[in-house]
Amino acid sequence: MALLSKKDTNLILDPLADNNPITIQVLGICSALAITAELKASIVMAISVLFVMGMGNVVISLMRNIIPSKIRIIVQLIVVAALVIMVDQVLKAFAYELSKTLSVFVGLIITNCIIMGRFEAFALANGTWRSFLDGIGNAAGYGVILIIIGFFRELLGSGTLLGYKVLGDPITKTGLYAIGYENNGFMLLSPMALIVVGLIIWVQRSRNKALIEEN
Amino acid sequence: MLEHVELFFKSIFIDNMVFATFLGMCSYLAVSKRVATAVGLGAAVIFVLAVTVPLNWLLDQYILRDGALAWLGPEYADYNLGFLSFILFIATIATMVQLVEIVVEKFSPALYNSLGIFLPLIAVNCAILGGSLFMQSRDIQTLGLAFNYGLSSGIGWFLAILAIAAIREKIRYSNVPAPLRGLGITFIITGLMAIGFMSFGGMLTGGDEVPAEEVKTTVQKENVDKISEEAKDNTVSFNNAIKNNN
Repeated sequence: MALLSKKDTNLILDPLADNNPITIQVLGICSALAITAELKASIVMAISVLFVMGMGNVVISLMRNIIPSKIRIIVQLIVVAALVIMVDQVLKAFAYELSKTLSVFVGLIITNCIIMGRFEAFALANGTWRSFLDGIGNAAGYGVILIIIGFFRELLGSGTLLGYKVLGDPITKTGLYAIGYENNGFMLLSPMALIVVGLIIWVQRSRNKALIEEN
Repeated sequence: MLEHVELFFKSIFIDNMVFATFLGMCSYLAVSKRVATAVGLGAAVIFVLAVTVPLNWLLDQYILRDGALAWLGPEYADYNLGFLSFILFIATIATMVQLVEIVVEKFSPALYNSLGIFLPLIAVNCAILGGSLFMQSRDIQTLGLAFNYGLSSGIGWFLAILAIAAIREKIRYSNVPAPLRGLGITFIITGLMAIGFMSFGGMLTGGDEVPAEEVKTTVQKENVDKISEEAKDNTVSFNNAIKNNN
């Protein structure tokens, strides 16, 4: 038997586009908007969520038969909080500057609705391996959107990618700046994050007409 | 008193939870289709924030922060339990939400039924946990200020969801491009509203930096004045001394 059956690959591939957590299920928006002014922060956030969701789904699916359904929300919150504390401590130890940039948003992974949503909808009813794949898939779908937003905001806002000056130097006027290009500082401000997400949704839905909403 | 007023307006308009820090966006987008439900959820958020932020302030002050356990005795004074704050905060919030749910169900079944699934979901609303975490990272000084911060952030969130719900009720009659309908246009409207709210930023002269600089320069000026006065005195006495000698 292959490691990944066709059903299992769908678990990973679906959330990447047609069932994307951010643009279709409308979950986990807060961090997608707040920390995407730099590509690096977006990538770190995506990896953190990937870890928390993969591990969390595994833990919940292992415990799914012994959790009383009345207190399951609190149990889920505790599991996530424990995993997030691990991520937070690792970030503080090895990337202190970055953990300052992310500020409270690492802590807010706890209340990221994607995670609770997947626990409720999938991990409580499925086996460990499939839950793991589902967690990885959804976190990857979330990460893809985060990285797209981070890419455009950093590129257009400060002319850099991961800190490297890809459009030339704005002070000595090389590269694109030589022909009169200016950085659009507005991209770094919070409102543009919302508008970029709106545009991503526009592009996605005009490519796939089945996703268009009524009214 | 003045700092209370300042914090109140600052958390409603300048640091608005939805438009400046993007907290609680999921429920903001999901529940804003009708004004009536938006008002219900907004009121619940105000209440839960106003209760949990001061509670978590007490937890932070007397259990979590560096040296907070000193009241237990000197041997506990150098403990720092800061890493536990996520778990303790979320436990407080989950308990409070459960309590609110029980109370509302007992005393106002109509409201309970109209809020439905959204009441327990407040526990995973990032605005609530975000309120407590910002309270911790911004070093709110007193219990009163913490209550004020929770209450006014809640009011800011309430205003935001009320505004977007009213706009979404009206936008049904306009001709939005098909792929943008629903979610897409809501994002873009929120972005435009956020641009509008940015204009409130000048209300309190941009926070702490500018007044601090002013104080510094006046201090320097005073020093300069003093020095020049002293210099004057010296020259006067010098002149007098010369006169006396003559």
